[in-house]
Amino acid sequence: MSEITLTDTTVAPPATGAGTATGTRGARIGESASRPDGIPKVQGRFAYSADLWAEGMLWGHTLRSPHPSARITSIDIAPALRIPGVQAVLTADDVPGRRTYGLEIHDQPVFASDTIRYQGEPVACVAADHPETARRAAEAIVVTYEALEPLIDAEAAIEAPAIHPDGNVVRHLVIRHGDPTVTGDVTVEGTYEVGMQDQAPLGTEAGMAVPSDDGGVELYIATQWLHIDQAQVAASLDLPPEKVRLQLAGVGGAFGAREDVSLQIHLALLALHTGRPVKMVYDRAESFFGHVHRHPARMWYRHHATADGTIVNVEARLIFDGGAYASSSPAVIGNAACFAVGPYFTPNAHIDGWAMRTNNPPCGAMRGFGAVQTCFAHEAQMDKLADALGMDPIELRLRNALKTGDTLPTGQVITGTAPVAEVIRAVAEVPDAVSPTIDGRPMALPGGAGRTADPDGVVRGSGFAVGFKNIAFSEGFDDFSTARVRLDRGVATVTCACAEVGQGFVTIAQQFTREVLGVDEVVLAPADTTIGSAGSTSASRQTWMSGGAVKAAAEAVRERMLALVAADHGLAPGSLRVDDDRIVSDDGAVDLPVTEALGDRVVEETVEYHHEPTYPLDEHGQGDAHLSFAFVAHRAVVDVDPELGLCRLVDLVTSQDVGKVLNPLQLLGQLEGGAAQGVGLALMEEILVTDGTVRNASFTDYLIPTALDLPDLRVGELVEQPEPGAPFGAKGVGEPPTISSTPAVVAAVRAATGLALPRTPVRPSDIALAGIEAP
Amino acid sequence: MTAPEDYDLLVNGTEHHVVGAWIGESLLYVLRERLGLPGAKNACEQGECGSCSVMVDDRLVCSCLVLAASAVGTAITTVESLAPDGALSDVQQAFVDAGAVQCGFCTPGLVMAVEDLLARDAAPTELEVREAISGNLCRCTGYGRVIDAVRVAVRRRTGAEVA
Amino acid sequence: MTVLLPDSLDRACAQLADHPEAHVLAGGTDLMVEVNFGHRRPEAVLSLARVPELKGWGRDGDTLVLGAGVTYTELCDPAIAELAPALAQAARTVGSPQIRNAGTIGGNLGTGSPAGDTLPVLAALDATVELVSVTGRRTLPLAEYCIGPKRTARDATEIIASVSVPVARGPQEYLKVGPRNAMVISVAGLAAVADIEGRRVAVGLGSVGPVPLRAPEAEAWVVDRIDWSAGRLVDPADATEFGSLVAAAARPIDDHRATADYRRHCVSVLARRALTRMFAA
Repeated sequence: MSEITLTDTTVAPPATGAGTATGTRGARIGESASRPDGIPKVQGRFAYSADLWAEGMLWGHTLRSPHPSARITSIDIAPALRIPGVQAVLTADDVPGRRTYGLEIHDQPVFASDTIRYQGEPVACVAADHPETARRAAEAIVVTYEALEPLIDAEAAIEAPAIHPDGNVVRHLVIRHGDPTVTGDVTVEGTYEVGMQDQAPLGTEAGMAVPSDDGGVELYIATQWLHIDQAQVAASLDLPPEKVRLQLAGVGGAFGAREDVSLQIHLALLALHTGRPVKMVYDRAESFFGHVHRHPARMWYRHHATADGTIVNVEARLIFDGGAYASSSPAVIGNAACFAVGPYFTPNAHIDGWAMRTNNPPCGAMRGFGAVQTCFAHEAQMDKLADALGMDPIELRLRNALKTGDTLPTGQVITGTAPVAEVIRAVAEVPDAVSPTIDGRPMALPGGAGRTADPDGVVRGSGFAVGFKNIAFSEGFDDFSTARVRLDRGVATVTCACAEVGQGFVTIAQQFTREVLGVDEVVLAPADTTIGSAGSTSASRQTWMSGGAVKAAAEAVRERMLALVAADHGLAPGSLRVDDDRIVSDDGAVDLPVTEALGDRVVEETVEYHHEPTYPLDEHGQGDAHLSFAFVAHRAVVDVDPELGLCRLVDLVTSQDVGKVLNPLQLLGQLEGGAAQGVGLALMEEILVTDGTVRNASFTDYLIPTALDLPDLRVGELVEQPEPGAPFGAKGVGEPPTISSTPAVVAAVRAATGLALPRTPVRPSDIALAGIEAP
Repeated sequence: MTAPEDYDLLVNGTEHHVVGAWIGESLLYVLRERLGLPGAKNACEQGECGSCSVMVDDRLVCSCLVLAASAVGTAITTVESLAPDGALSDVQQAFVDAGAVQCGFCTPGLVMAVEDLLARDAAPTELEVREAISGNLCRCTGYGRVIDAVRVAVRRRTGAEVA
Repeated sequence: MTVLLPDSLDRACAQLADHPEAHVLAGGTDLMVEVNFGHRRPEAVLSLARVPELKGWGRDGDTLVLGAGVTYTELCDPAIAELAPALAQAARTVGSPQIRNAGTIGGNLGTGSPAGDTLPVLAALDATVELVSVTGRRTLPLAEYCIGPKRTARDATEIIASVSVPVARGPQEYLKVGPRNAMVISVAGLAAVADIEGRRVAVGLGSVGPVPLRAPEAEAWVVDRIDWSAGRLVDPADATEFGSLVAAAARPIDDHRATADYRRHCVSVLARRALTRMFAA
């Protein structure tokens, strides 16, 4: 193992004192802690999963189906094996254990053996001594397919012949609340669509597998959840989990794309078959086929309200296209249905949510997880309702805003904080800062570098949106994280399998530990499977869950430390406390630095932290399914060139319900980066799929926002109402920014153009050709 | 595959002998896999993301689009050369201080682009900064802290504010 | 087999004559994408990086001669931009700073993509392409050089040496539609150049046909709609009709980037705006 270059995957190399020079004060709660991995990252020294290297390593490559639906009639690997430098060619027959995997349902083959259900499904993999040799070998495998008509319409899939033994309906969730037949004075109805978004993390899937002496395998991998990968890899290898050891390699972004297994099992199989380290790095095109995407959705809504703008009933039918395999579709549609009406009190509701199986690319987790799609729809409905009522759209939202004590359509009473009105007001109160005249510099106009727009042809609109979602896992899942804190000569070492994917758990872990123990130097050990699970870096949960585990472990260490020091001074346990960086007694008799209090005695504690239980939904979609909720609002101003349909976001304002600001700088980064992904979904991001075939699997044609597509985000007053039960009162902050940004931007484009625009992303032709008859 | 190639590349002031390379290898691949310089990142392999930005004869380019064997005789500079002693350049320090780093995968490329911009123009406007980094995709930050890092670097270097 | 790195144009021609199968490499921004994704596997590559004759540019009377190795960044240089404004505008829309530092006008011609940003400008300017080989030197008008999507009249043993365009004789515009504000491939591009003395307007269209297109009917029609001594449209509303006529010359297709209808519509809008900027200000 020693030859593997992994020095900087330890995000806080002990040699550098975890980013805090000895003797300087490390940031505590509420301070802008610098990332301990920031320095190696700006230097280019941080070892991402694609940067690993080992003596004698081979390169893996995957052969994928060009067809979205087909029967495999034969596979001939002999031509690939004949190529010099090829060391292994594996197919489904080489999977010793379970031949399928999946996050919630094991329905996805490691390799397709007889049936192809989506374009890009793996059929075989190769290991060779050079990546180009591996690629050519994969191409040399002769697979004969009998192409079949793909099932591509999620709605039609409900009645269509099953494309998988498990059937086409992955989950049908019905929420019936109150009296769903209630009507109001005003009714508005609409059908909305959301396109398929890609997480597009800059780092593609990559990793290395190394066979170990005990017949097991070591996997160095970029993932969101080491232990769920471990379980799936072990099952397919037919090995006990302890023989499949995973260590987190540097992760180049995730956003949901790394929740499902991609190359993990293939890599491990190749390493075990060849007896050599094997590295695999997807190129960008393969990455689009190698992970799940955000579900495209078609959503019908009908809102009923009284004349004064009180919502009395919402009906909704949600069709989410999950593609060929289940992935996290059951949970995604669960969220979509639970949050379908938005953060508004709705006494009566009938929501019908479907997650469907088709021959389109598999869809699963992406930042916002089901709430993004429905927020686009319910916020369009709220604007439509305001228009029908002749009411100010912000006033309408305030009138119906959820608050603590309200009941959700699932029957769950909100017991935690729910400052919906507060986030709405915080955004509304931010003054309009955009110059009323259009910025005439060509690069600042819609179309930017293309010099297409003239200032006097540009129109401007403003849009507002509010959204929410749950924090942490729901519907009865036993959600926990594990952390170990060791205090040795004033230096705390934190061990946790939490995947740092860029979100900043590394600063949270240090800040929490410092706050509790009063030490400055906090070293983070590598994240691996030698400790218990931390759960997934998703669902905005790690600050609460792994932060909670670190805090609890640090508190356990603190109590033992205080007891030891109390005994040193002949005092009763409980007579001492940590005050900043000192241990003190109330009477002042004891006052010594934490770093010196224990001498060379070492204290270590490991804690498994669980959040309060949640419960499954019953047959009417009723139940206390969620732990906590976070709320968010955005206001967008967009300049539009209506003739060409080109847009330029010129202002974006937000506020968010964060519970407690733990790290102002990192929080800002989450608000900005999350909003940017929402802006992308509003204006440009979509995987185009025709007859089951992806047409734009590249960064040339799958466009994400550049620096010229985004303005500076302006953050209004953040709402800090401590959440009961959450460590330091803080709610997760990662997902909400992606939820209401999309509908706010599209609402602004609607306001600028007067068009209905029921679909996102808004394509230039949706604007430019609206009302123009096709010739 | 064609017969392997041997050639020399001048990288960060040091002559490197590349042995047994495939002719089609990009400079990015050779830097990362043959010369042990993984600072330039591979995120798209088609010049759309800027993660692999390096300087070739004082020009900022995507190393994924440079045929390594054709770079013989040029002077190549990578992110690893910005702070040879383990220290940070002022731009790198500004990225750390401004919170411009999240997952960090795009960061070395962005640092190279900003170093190149400020070498050409010590006092760019915000719009010029945005244009200069428009070829560097970042998926984490929404560019807000990155722009701020440029502001910080310009302020420290010249005392001027980015307008 | 080896990478050929000639250090003079003569040597480049000689080596290419010996290795007609070699791929000619200019800035690399097109070829390397294909190599990286395994779509092209060169047995040999002839790099023009060290051929000094291709690097410079100069003015020869009323003609601007651009070496094939002139990069997009260099095309944006004010000294060139003054002589060929639309070429500079087009160059600035290409990719990113990194791409503009590497990509060359010769490479744009060598690839001959319908979406190549400089090609509509070269079409509008009646540019001539100079090709050299061991057997000699020939020049082709752009219209004869571009023969299909990514197909050109260049022989496998020829090297693009330079491209010549007339020095600007009036206002010029290049406008390009893409669904992002930077770093985007053209969905529709339009160049319009005026020759005030010669009393003519020429239009070049990109991404709306198999090759860069001209709009001869529109060009002829608009001559009489311009008050040439004042440099203004007689009736600014004529720009709209001009747009329709130019759009009629487009031959767009549907693809994953846009529909043919949207592209044709864009051409109409871009032509109207370009003419208005040139003659109504």
